[in-house]
Amino acid sequence: MNPFSSGTRLRDMIRAIRACKTAAEERAVVRKECAAIRAAINENDNDYRHRNLAKLMFIHMLGYPTHFGQMECLKLIASPGFPEKRIGYLGLMLLLDERQEVLMLVTNSLKQDLNHINQYIVGLALCALGNICSAEMARDLAPEVERLLQFRDPNIRKKAALCSIRIIKKVPDLAENFINPATSLLREKHHGVLITGVQLCTDLCKISTEALEHIRKKCTEGLVRTLKDLANSPYSPEYDIAGITDPFLHIRLLKLLRVLGEGDADASDAMNDILAQVATKTESNKVAGNAILYECVQTIMSIEDNGGLRVLAINILGRFLSNRDNNIRYVALNMLMKAVTADAQAVQRHRSTILECVKDSDASIRKRALELVYVLVNETNVKPLAKELIDYLEVSDLDFRGDLTAKICSIVAKFSPEKIWYIDQMLKVLSEAGNFVRDEVWHALVVVISNASELHGYTVRSLYRAFQTSAEQETLVRVTVWCIGEYGDFLVNNVGMLDIEDPITVTESDAVDVVEIAIKRHASDLTTKAMALVALLKLSSRFPSCSERIKEIIVQFKGSLVLELQQRAIEFNSVISKHQNIRSTLVERMPVLDEATFIGRRAGSLPSAASTTTAPSVNLPNGVAKPVAPLVDLLDLSSDDAPAPSSSGGDLLHDLLGVDLSPASQSGAGQSSKKGTDVLLDLLSIGSPADQGNSSAVDILSSNSSNKAPDSSLDDLSSISLSSRTTSNAAPMMDLLDGFAPSPPQTENNGPVYPSITAFESSSLRLTFNFSKEPGNPQATVIQATFMNLSSNTYTDFVFQAAVPKFLQLHLDPASSNTLPASGDGSITQSLKVTNSQHGKKSIVMRIRIAYKINGKDTLEEGQINNFPRDL
Amino acid sequence: MFFCSAQIHFVLLISRQGKVRLTKWYSPYAQKERSKVIRELSGMILSRGPKLCNFVEWRGYKVVYKRYASLFFCMCIDQDDNELEVLEIIHHFVEILDRYFGSVCELDLIFNFHKAYYILDEILIAGELQESSKKTVARLIAAQDSLVETAKEEASSISNIIAQATK
Repeated sequence: MNPFSSGTRLRDMIRAIRACKTAAEERAVVRKECAAIRAAINENDNDYRHRNLAKLMFIHMLGYPTHFGQMECLKLIASPGFPEKRIGYLGLMLLLDERQEVLMLVTNSLKQDLNHINQYIVGLALCALGNICSAEMARDLAPEVERLLQFRDPNIRKKAALCSIRIIKKVPDLAENFINPATSLLREKHHGVLITGVQLCTDLCKISTEALEHIRKKCTEGLVRTLKDLANSPYSPEYDIAGITDPFLHIRLLKLLRVLGEGDADASDAMNDILAQVATKTESNKVAGNAILYECVQTIMSIEDNGGLRVLAINILGRFLSNRDNNIRYVALNMLMKAVTADAQAVQRHRSTILECVKDSDASIRKRALELVYVLVNETNVKPLAKELIDYLEVSDLDFRGDLTAKICSIVAKFSPEKIWYIDQMLKVLSEAGNFVRDEVWHALVVVISNASELHGYTVRSLYRAFQTSAEQETLVRVTVWCIGEYGDFLVNNVGMLDIEDPITVTESDAVDVVEIAIKRHASDLTTKAMALVALLKLSSRFPSCSERIKEIIVQFKGSLVLELQQRAIEFNSVISKHQNIRSTLVERMPVLDEATFIGRRAGSLPSAASTTTAPSVNLPNGVAKPVAPLVDLLDLSSDDAPAPSSSGGDLLHDLLGVDLSPASQSGAGQSSKKGTDVLLDLLSIGSPADQGNSSAVDILSSNSSNKAPDSSLDDLSSISLSSRTTSNAAPMMDLLDGFAPSPPQTENNGPVYPSITAFESSSLRLTFNFSKEPGNPQATVIQATFMNLSSNTYTDFVFQAAVPKFLQLHLDPASSNTLPASGDGSITQSLKVTNSQHGKKSIVMRIRIAYKINGKDTLEEGQINNFPRDL
Repeated sequence: MFFCSAQIHFVLLISRQGKVRLTKWYSPYAQKERSKVIRELSGMILSRGPKLCNFVEWRGYKVVYKRYASLFFCMCIDQDDNELEVLEIIHHFVEILDRYFGSVCELDLIFNFHKAYYILDEILIAGELQESSKKTVARLIAAQDSLVETAKEEASSISNIIAQATK
């Protein structure tokens, strides 16, 4: 006998591992055991194979590699005895997953065991098949499993039923073979068989409409009767939980009834009585009873409308909501979310309770409640709700603030009744949680401020006040600096004072202080510092008395280690000292930002997005993943590396500075500044919705002169000592011009504009969706999916799969290729068509699965996409 | 909804110290992914306070967990599944373990981890509930255990002779 194979007993090994005081000791013990097991494997030792495999399973659970033991599982499964098979199948399920090729080798053993005379061995095989079966195995073994659905022992029938579920999920084509045997299981008395049979029927209905029709017609009545008998059954100790007979069976029956009743008035009618009985009679003082009530409410909300039942259901949820048990409150919030679409009024009644849940100490409950509040907000209640949420922001947990801030900003932006209210609320959010505010949110705020000319003074004064207390909030600082740069004179002179304001006295030097603090603050990032630098340049002209001081601050940055700051400092210094004559025009106030354009821009790079064929190089590197890029663009700081301009909201601001500077330079060179502005504004509106975009885009195309204008302004710019600007401006010009060719055809037939989203992103892959609607068919959305490889390996055999819930229909066109070059060096595009039968009620959700090979090795990525625009 | 998703995607037993005591995967997760999932979830769940609800939202799924003595029993389900029922399934599992081991403790599950798996396999297949009667599960496990015992007895008479001969 081989000296290793006798080794230690399983129990001794576990003891030895538990006795280890350090991770290193543990590794040493495991290494020794693994070496012994490997040796035994090489010797093809039979006597201790099952013990070695048991040890390997324990080692596997500790997280060590055990792949070398996989073949041992197969050998044990192939051996004749029950004990060997039992441990072999356990090892198979534990050490392997369905994607391993080794698994194919087991198909034959499984087939034999499914036909074994010992029913426990049949049970083992069914269990293993149910847990790890792959599509190929499903095809090979489906006939055996189907036959076992009629096996004499109910314990095999129930295992076969669950195994069938796995099989039809893997290979939906096989579903029809299972319809008849599955429905006959519904007539069984054995609870195990009944539970699994009901489950199998539920899954069949989800997979095949044929099964759904059949079961609905043949079995609805019987199921209602079964549920009725169960609900009225006397105490039975074997199945009793908290006074209820078999809540698991209750729940599965309710689930199947839901599937049958959905969209069918007759079936729904047939189950009304029993649903009412379950909803009213079920004890709700234990988890089991509440689980049944919860399932019953779901069924009531899903089947065809019956007013009385719905009221009953919402009342149950109201009761849940005031329950002291957190679990019950959690499911209530969860369910109310679904009830909103059915009966928003009824849910609104519970608004104040839900609002309290937002402040709960439990993160899961807070999150649910916040989402629910978010859908409950409308024009009439936005003010009190927003106030509550913003007040709560102050005391909320740090890790909840991100979510909360995003939701508040979105609510405020969507339902704000007037601009001053919007600005007030946003300033509160910025002062409380400015560090959590996303870039597009404060970009939007700047656009709104710019448009509210009567509020410029009020806003800049409010910001000044907020800055005194909350200077640590980065985005507040940015907006403040921008506003002081633009409207600093309003601040000092109390221009446009509103009745509600307290007058304040701010000197020119106070205003410069703010900018100086921002630029010198250690924590300020590059964007903030760069914005501050621009603000200083503007103030130098507006506040002549501070001009010298500003110059000194700017001069300090001539030595900045950050190239951008250094370069701007040198340029601005030269503007201040050498070009007094053009300075005031150069730093004029920005023209009012076009809100429509901004929204259009935010909706994504429409022209380029829809035209992957013509301008892929511009399209691809764009996207949301580079948070810094838009900001850098915004300040036009990208002179050295001139990245492909990003397409999101920041771009607009990028152009803003272009707008800001070029008219000035043109007038400096004796041109009409108005013309320049118009042209650039026109250029900006390319990306705007059709009603706007159409005319301007055509404008640009029809007149060559307007195309030339920016070019000439570019020349002018370079001629006035801002020499480096040529390179930096070249990029946006490229961008704008690139946008030309493809834009007119797209802008013409565009309906509403939807923002493109990053649907999926991992360290190795990014998937972007661009949306367009077919005219005249609001339910259908065409999604252009673009895949980008972020790793340095080429992906081959690239396959994208998607699944959607039943209210959606999905059609996938073939992909442009099945090979994805490395490092974003090209892309795969594929278009999907989604038809939303619940358009306007439910938004699209999708699960995706992406399979590809890296150097021949299979890789799989999965995800769920929930961030589709709401109204698709 | 998804073509190969189970009701319960996976079952995890984690000790208070974060040690894994049992894992069962019903939906496909690669080995590497599995350890990542375990790390993420134990971080999330072990840090939650005692009075909070038993559900955590994670990667678009829900994890229902419940603590029994030093062990956390976790099951991962879809967003729209019945969390309360899963809580009851966890309790069902624990009661059966308790009956089998006679007031079960963590040590039982460490030294007899394979038994815990056998029991789980009688309760869940493919992530779906298989049996709601604790008695039936206990009976099936006992029957299979006795099959193993009989086989052992038969074998031991032969292996004793071999062992003595080789010593």
